[in-house]
Amino acid sequence: MEKFKKIESNAIPLPMVNVDTDMIIPKQFLKTIKRTGLGKNLFYELRYDEKDAPIDSFVLNQDKYKDSQILITGKNFGCGSSREHAPWSILDYGIKCIIASSFADIFYNNCFKNGILPIKLDESEVAKLQKAAENSLSFTIDLENQKISYFDKNINHEVSFELDKAKKTSLLEGLDDIGLTLAKVNHISDFENKQKSRTPWLYSQQIK
Amino acid sequence: MSAPKTLYDKIWNDHLVSANEDGTSIIYIDRHLVHEVTSPQAFEGLKIAKRSIRKPNFTLATADHNIPTTNRDEGISDPESKLQVDTLEENCKEHGITFLSMSDKRQGIVHIIGPEQGFTQPGMTIVCGDSHTSTHGAFGALAWGIGTSEVEHVLATQTLVQTKAKNMQINIQGELPLGVTAKDIVLKIIQTIGTAGGTGYVIEYTGDAIKSLTMEGRMTVCNMSIEAGARAGLISPDEKTIEYLKGRPFSPAENEYQSASDYWLSLASDEGAAYDKTVNIDASDIIPQVTWGTSPEDVVSIDGLVPNPEDESDETKKKSMIRALEYMGLVPNTPLKEVKVDKVFIGSCTNGRIEDLRAASKIAKDRKVADHVNAIIVPGSGLVKQQAEEEGLDKIFIESGFEWREPGCSMCLAMNADKLKPQERCASTSNRNFEGRQGRGGRTHLMSPAMAAAAAINGKLSDSREI
Repeated sequence: MEKFKKIESNAIPLPMVNVDTDMIIPKQFLKTIKRTGLGKNLFYELRYDEKDAPIDSFVLNQDKYKDSQILITGKNFGCGSSREHAPWSILDYGIKCIIASSFADIFYNNCFKNGILPIKLDESEVAKLQKAAENSLSFTIDLENQKISYFDKNINHEVSFELDKAKKTSLLEGLDDIGLTLAKVNHISDFENKQKSRTPWLYSQQIK
Repeated sequence: MSAPKTLYDKIWNDHLVSANEDGTSIIYIDRHLVHEVTSPQAFEGLKIAKRSIRKPNFTLATADHNIPTTNRDEGISDPESKLQVDTLEENCKEHGITFLSMSDKRQGIVHIIGPEQGFTQPGMTIVCGDSHTSTHGAFGALAWGIGTSEVEHVLATQTLVQTKAKNMQINIQGELPLGVTAKDIVLKIIQTIGTAGGTGYVIEYTGDAIKSLTMEGRMTVCNMSIEAGARAGLISPDEKTIEYLKGRPFSPAENEYQSASDYWLSLASDEGAAYDKTVNIDASDIIPQVTWGTSPEDVVSIDGLVPNPEDESDETKKKSMIRALEYMGLVPNTPLKEVKVDKVFIGSCTNGRIEDLRAASKIAKDRKVADHVNAIIVPGSGLVKQQAEEEGLDKIFIESGFEWREPGCSMCLAMNADKLKPQERCASTSNRNFEGRQGRGGRTHLMSPAMAAAAAINGKLSDSREI
């Protein structure tokens, strides 16, 4: 996984609540056996009409947000299915940071596995950032110092955010989770031996 | 004596491999269910990193999401779907994982076949790259949905790195009125706590109304925990659990069954165990429920009206209600019972079990599906289908005008050919009414199998108790 670096970019405002994973990436795009190439279909049904033509009014189709790396949205973002195609499509589009007042658990977790930073802030704070995003201001996301900053009318605004330490390290260092766990393989073997004597039927059950 | 513990606390403690320095824990995973949609990239990742699979025999795979429910002997015509299913089969063969193929009568939706095969047992940790893995919590197993990166992590290590969730108790007291089902309970719960109400929690369902449910009903309740925001839902194991699992193919052998049962019963939450949050709902207040909008929390009783956004004071909520009503093509204050349907879907991991088909068949028997309605029944597995046919349910449905299909996820998520056309309205026993879920522009109303069958007969949303 790539290390998470400081982001400087404007932000896409998407003031919708309960954006679900079907909305982020509809099922017809889940038939792929690859992780890449999903960005063009991100928010497909909001973004394109029934003839596949871009819907001009949708924010992702507006030129000024073409290269944005930040998405600012409403509460319970990413609810619904466990499909990792949702963060894959977001990352493939170029978005590396999502700001919302809350996220669905599985989606939130999936973001960290893909180097995306989801930031939780109070609803009132998110609303302010939405406004700034609508005015296409440039934001800086500094994960190291856990700060979002932006200039508005020559005034520098700074917003701090909280993040679990383990998740922060994992993003900053681009850690390989599996490698880290495999480094503790002795613990896993010890556990299996103990479990085998405590609940032996879990090991005698034959799957044919 | 140690402090009283919840079922969740006990399973967590029994699966703790090691506590990491950063506050996370490595948790052992006893069983892993795999399907075609969320696994190919995980197998590919293993290959690239030259890693092997730690416990192929703790893993069970099947194809369910994008397989056809008609003309099975012709195979899969969609080349992309076919590639995905073939890829799973090849990956399983290469790694020695049991794969139940489309031609195997044990094939079906992962969350139906796990319990059916006795692969699911109390006290286990079970994961699958599918959010409805919470279903298995009905057995007192800690079961939750994961993304593909975690599928890869489990394949390689048989563990996951987790942070412990909080405990929530949802207590359904009293007795359920006649004709009210597990689906109505869970829809009522989601309406009460909202789709983010369970975020950060593992829910344990307790109370007389939960205890009195069959294992099938308990699975329906736990299945939709994720729609309430909780990754896992649990019910403490009891005699019904033990009885259900007896003699199933992967259940403990006879000589181990007693000690397994003793262990299972010891997992039930202790008297006086502390929950971070408790929600009480009175079962006697619940009547058949339906959804009106595009979120599973948009629930009303069948005798109610389509809600009016003007009555909502919160601006954001009001906006999303207006959007939902427009998408659903509904006018505020319309009685639900006047809403006409075009399609009916009975099936899914929520309601595709034998008990669900029996409930629907009671309504269908000696009645006809309304002329303008296309109604399909998709059993949750090959064995559910076989059982239903042995009981003659297929004949009842076919005579009544329902289509009798092959098992799979089908129109719950419409990855195969079973989908709604734009603006088509569907009475569905599935779990999500999101925009486009059952096909672009399609309009979904969630409800129980009896309610969906009643909608098929009357051609509009109906109270199954009045048939």
